[in-house]
Amino acid sequence: MYSFEPNEEQQMLVDAVGKYAQNDLRPAAHDAEESRELPKKLISKGWELGFLQASIPEAYGGFGDRSAVTGALAMEEFAFGDLAGALAVLTPSLFAMPILLGGSEEQKQEYLPKVIEGDWTPYTAALIEYVFDFDPTALKTTATADGGDYVLSGEKAFVPFAKDAEAMIVYASLDGKTQGFIVPKGAAGLSVADEREKLMGLNALPMYRVKLDGVKVPAAKRLGGEAGHDFELILASMRIASASAAVGVAKASLEYATNYAKEREAFGVKIAQKQAIAFMLAEMAIEIEAMRLLTWEAAWKLDTGKEDAAQAAYLAFTGAADMAMMVTDRGVQILGGHGYIREHPVELWMRNGRGFAMLTGLAIV
Amino acid sequence: MTIEFETPKPIAQTQFVLKTVAENMMRPQSREMDENEHEIPFGYIEFMHNAMRSIGGGSLAPKEEKPKEGDEKKEKRPPIAYQNLAAQIEMLSWGDVGFYLVTPGGGLGAAAVQAAGTPEQRAKFLARFNEEKPTFAAMCMTEAGAGSDTSAIRTRAVLDEAANEWVINGEKIFVTAGEKSFNPREQFGKGFIVVWANIDPTAGRAGMRAFVVEAGTPGVKVVGLERKLGIRASDTATISLVDVRVPFENILGSPTVEKTTTGFKGAMATFDATRPLVAASGIGVARAALEFLKEKLAEGGVEIRYGLPRNKLTAVEKEVIDMEIQLRSAWLMVLKAVWMADNKKPNALESSMSKVRAGDVVTKITQKAVEIMGPLGYSREFLLEKWFRDAKITDIYEGTGQINRLVVARQILGYSGKELR
Repeated sequence: MYSFEPNEEQQMLVDAVGKYAQNDLRPAAHDAEESRELPKKLISKGWELGFLQASIPEAYGGFGDRSAVTGALAMEEFAFGDLAGALAVLTPSLFAMPILLGGSEEQKQEYLPKVIEGDWTPYTAALIEYVFDFDPTALKTTATADGGDYVLSGEKAFVPFAKDAEAMIVYASLDGKTQGFIVPKGAAGLSVADEREKLMGLNALPMYRVKLDGVKVPAAKRLGGEAGHDFELILASMRIASASAAVGVAKASLEYATNYAKEREAFGVKIAQKQAIAFMLAEMAIEIEAMRLLTWEAAWKLDTGKEDAAQAAYLAFTGAADMAMMVTDRGVQILGGHGYIREHPVELWMRNGRGFAMLTGLAIV
Repeated sequence: MTIEFETPKPIAQTQFVLKTVAENMMRPQSREMDENEHEIPFGYIEFMHNAMRSIGGGSLAPKEEKPKEGDEKKEKRPPIAYQNLAAQIEMLSWGDVGFYLVTPGGGLGAAAVQAAGTPEQRAKFLARFNEEKPTFAAMCMTEAGAGSDTSAIRTRAVLDEAANEWVINGEKIFVTAGEKSFNPREQFGKGFIVVWANIDPTAGRAGMRAFVVEAGTPGVKVVGLERKLGIRASDTATISLVDVRVPFENILGSPTVEKTTTGFKGAMATFDATRPLVAASGIGVARAALEFLKEKLAEGGVEIRYGLPRNKLTAVEKEVIDMEIQLRSAWLMVLKAVWMADNKKPNALESSMSKVRAGDVVTKITQKAVEIMGPLGYSREFLLEKWFRDAKITDIYEGTGQINRLVVARQILGYSGKELR
């Protein structure tokens, strides 16, 4: 069957997240970006919506099952409010979701209940590296087998909440293949930079460079244990998250530009009454819908275990990243000079929109 | 409801069958029909007619899905008629879009009767498509001075009350299958054309009505056939109407003019249903081009490395990956629009969105494919250059990309035609 409507449960989640995005994330976004700080209360409130908790089975302390489609729906709504806030709320997923998808039974038992019980606690993951040709499937950070253990060496970048994280998954290249390793706070050889990353956007989200100088990881802490795990599945889930977030940010920009164009007058009419503007808006709406559907399909393929799911996720991610750039750029353009002023949010969305193409690994659903 | 993308079995089955038809009956003749414009692929027409008749329709148009007796106990299956139709059209157009356009069974003419006619009219005019000979119907909307701006239509219909007949005068152009519908060859059954005319020009669009004009009606003449960039297997007729008399009951919709635009909306409702289908057709052509391109690249040892970041891809890889993104997402937009139609959800927005998107992407994909194939792309020894020419029509008929952008923009802005001209 083809069907394009969220089920009742998904709709409830979408509504709840949408309300939080609109009423909490969005109003806080501007100040958070400027002051480089997200209020802890804001993050906790988003956490309490229970999106991650609902993705984890009861056996591990949660109350539901993971669905990439549901994740895509929620991610779009979160990002519609504010991308930095959304990524912050969902940072613990960066740790929990790969364990759920690829972890050993012991790892699930040990970590999942800890991550999801109680208030939002920083658990994170380190995938990105500070090189122009960053490629999640060809990492420069290495894992070397050493007796029964592994030794991690290299440098990771843009690691959210690395400073306070209780534990993180560090991705490294093991014999040319990307594998995740669970590294606890304070592990010998692990050092987190004092200074936060300084980026074009996402300034509200505290991100850090992380050095691994011969960090020893016991075999049991390799994600999936001795046998390892399927990184492709994790990467696909990250790409679905990125694609959905791109759709959410683009939707925010379209909505704002639409409202502006219906207010702003030039030559005696609203600028939205000019085809030059109206057509831009129409094309933005069409591109957003196209990439939303492509993302949904990829997520559905992931959920149903289709053979080409990873490729579908890659295509959705690639297309959505382009779309987000195009749409957020136009959002600024439609506001003209005002779009360039930081009082309006469209310039922030344009900065955030640029990130999707290169920043895989900041979200996973 | 839920979100899912599993191709329903009946659709997968028809796709399988039509792929065989496409490969065996369409592709081998594609070039010949393109080079000999106005030739008719009788074999294909005959075959399709018999095939459609044997499954009880005589046309591709969706049948009304009547619940069978004893079905009540079973869980009711959601309707998929439009989804199925879109999938069929995509596959046939993958074979050859010119051939697809001469598939017998009523086309847009029948669609207009289906959308704007009474149950009696449907029974009277649509039964013929299921008879022994393949039969055609056509829609006459466009005039030399009226394309997308249908309010500029000059064709008039005047009621002769004494005779209880409508008298129609005017000239129509760009009538797809106009020749086959109005001047059927001996191999074909008696078709009709649906003519859009104004019954009260002072009322503007409110006066617009459609009339069923039977093949052979005196006063109607096919005065010319266009020679086109592509879709050459499909005849595009110019039809003149001089004092054409049709029975009173051949009017689709109300014969009285209130100062509303219901008549015109009838035509527009037809477009809501047909735009995603036109999009589907274009997508079939583009898929053919993309598959051909990938096949040739593979033969030449060019591998597409999916999964790499953009800045590690070659230019050709980037193009191909982009084409796949564009094509698949355009198809999903079509599926959503027809899924909405099947589920009786208003889909004017989605319908136009899918048409804009398909018009854009199929044009770009076929253009790029020709470019990447270099001299092979330009050569008439392959079909790629033909698909490039065929694809372009997608962005033009059933409302150009620009008109559909206007429709989309009005919808998302909540503007009337007056507010956004």
